[in-house]
Amino acid sequence: MNIHEYQAKELFKKYNVPTVRGHIVFTPDEAVKAAQELGGSIWVVKAQIHAGGRGLGGGVKLARSTSEVRSLAAEILGMTLVTHQTGPEGKLVQKVYIEEGADIKKEYYLGLLLDRALEMPIMMASTEGGMAIEDVAHNTPEKIIKVAIDPLTGFQPFHGRKLAFGLGLPVEEINTFIKFASALYKVYMDHDAEMIEINPLVKTGDGKFLALDAKMGFDNNALYRQDQVREMRDLSEEEPTEIEADKYGLSYIKLDGNVGCMVNGAGLAMGTMDTINYEGGKPANFLDVGGSASAETVAKGFDIILKDPNVKVIFVNIFGGIVRCDRVANGIIEATKITNVNVPIIVRLDGTNAIEAADILNNAGIANIVAATDLADGARKAVAAAKGE
Amino acid sequence: MSILVNKDTKVIVQGFTGKEGTFHAEQCMAYGTKIVGGVTPGKGGQEHLGQPVFNTVSEAVAATGATVSMIFVPPAFVSDAVMEAADAGITLAVIITEGAPVKDMMFAKAYAVKKDMMTIGPNCPGIITADECKIGIMPGFIFKKGHVGLISKSGTLTYESANQVVKEGFGITTAVGIGGDPIIGLSYKQLLPMFEADPETHAIVMIGEIGGDLEIQAAAYIKEHITKPVVAFIAGQTAPAGKRMGHAGAIISGSAGTAQEKMAALEAAGVTVVVSPADIGKAIAKVMAAL
Repeated sequence: MNIHEYQAKELFKKYNVPTVRGHIVFTPDEAVKAAQELGGSIWVVKAQIHAGGRGLGGGVKLARSTSEVRSLAAEILGMTLVTHQTGPEGKLVQKVYIEEGADIKKEYYLGLLLDRALEMPIMMASTEGGMAIEDVAHNTPEKIIKVAIDPLTGFQPFHGRKLAFGLGLPVEEINTFIKFASALYKVYMDHDAEMIEINPLVKTGDGKFLALDAKMGFDNNALYRQDQVREMRDLSEEEPTEIEADKYGLSYIKLDGNVGCMVNGAGLAMGTMDTINYEGGKPANFLDVGGSASAETVAKGFDIILKDPNVKVIFVNIFGGIVRCDRVANGIIEATKITNVNVPIIVRLDGTNAIEAADILNNAGIANIVAATDLADGARKAVAAAKGE
Repeated sequence: MSILVNKDTKVIVQGFTGKEGTFHAEQCMAYGTKIVGGVTPGKGGQEHLGQPVFNTVSEAVAATGATVSMIFVPPAFVSDAVMEAADAGITLAVIITEGAPVKDMMFAKAYAVKKDMMTIGPNCPGIITADECKIGIMPGFIFKKGHVGLISKSGTLTYESANQVVKEGFGITTAVGIGGDPIIGLSYKQLLPMFEADPETHAIVMIGEIGGDLEIQAAAYIKEHITKPVVAFIAGQTAPAGKRMGHAGAIISGSAGTAQEKMAALEAAGVTVVVSPADIGKAIAKVMAAL
């Protein structure tokens, strides 16, 4: 789960990670009021969406008067912001963050994430603030300094010194930086975060460090114990069909092909997409129906797949293990009674009682259900059906 | 022969009396696994499925001599259960539970390593040595005895590939489902040398997926140390970047962790990489015929 910049900054403030003062607003009037309350003579109007690259996309602008705050807020609110992370369809901006201006002397990058190979968090810093860290990693990897933080020791001053000296900070700024980094590690651990990115981290004219931007993502498995984070979930930033699928215990991701897929197990679901691709088709989605594949979940799966008008055929690929295939076959037949499926359904059931299952499907006399013998056969039939063959 | 577990392995179940624990312990016993007891705090002294229930893992180990624990406790209690097993001297914990917080596993695994306890999972189907011992939730009947070792991040792809191998007339020594979470226990790099050393295993199937770099590490290891033929499939060639594909760890971050880079690394290491998972069985038949 991801949150907005303004929400991440709320968490930062609670842990004394210095950031810039600001207010979240939904209208140009509120934007002006926020600017007046913040005072000063320069403000930043920032679109709040769950994607990076907002500045380049025109979603972050500087205002030098309250009337400019108003016009920029009016311009950004309601715009569809397209960045390298939103996809070509972009994201609708529904709220903007009004921040006071900062006296920026130098920009840095600071991030924290899980290193899966080391199995511990790593903190990364770079002098190349404001640039995409991936580009820095690719072009000038020597400009990224990394420290692995063993969770058994937690963040120690030496971690901070390694980063600070690596960034070339003068001695008198080292302790301020260590304090910042140490507090940030605490934010990360205490909230079961999987990623924090501050880009840029800025040093001000008077030698302070401020989080000018903030991006945070969290471990979904830990949300049950993170009440505050859970409340920050913004459903309008997520795919409606994915949210609906989630309600029924289905894991669904929309893709841009025309072969709908319903599979049990995440690995096989990906494998099915790959097989369709290999056979010359394009998968319309990833869908893991989970272990039970009951009539209700299969029916819901059909519903969700068919919301995508591109879908020309549905390929049901179930490997029955503990769940018997004959029960799944009956479930599929039941599901077609609950939901009207007007495209061909290619069904491949393998595993326990697969032969009985094929008989059940063949004898049901449902015109648009076609049984397949194995994965390759199913994928071929599905691809052919999608092509109208 | 086989790796890690066999017909003599004594197994306890943590979360023994729960719904999942009960159902799968029963299935494992029916397969022939020596389940010698279980642990459910507060239910010590009772009997369940004909086996003793203990309050603590230490008591269970002392009374039964178990060396392996199959863990079915709910996600919020997984790290506690894993650490308790490690503390009690269990040598292998098979963690079936799905949904354990990553931070918890980070601590639990560090402690397990310190205590010399191996772990498999979490969020995995478990481990099975064909016709001898099943510790997990896989349908046992698919795994006919033979000479192919199997390592997989995915449950259903494990069944799919074992089934294909069997349909081609071969069988399985041991199959290990290592799970698709960001932090897991035994991985390819630890399991490959075990299969290399097992005289019964003649070839290895390796199923990977997008996310992380375990498959890349495996490729480097195979190049240097593995002489037996390896057939690999990497799921998620068609997965979009930045989207989590079901498994918590199955995500392409930026441009890292793609199926394509893993396939290339494995191919460079001399592995037979299949593009379609439907070809795993045929590829095994080919490498077995060449032996």
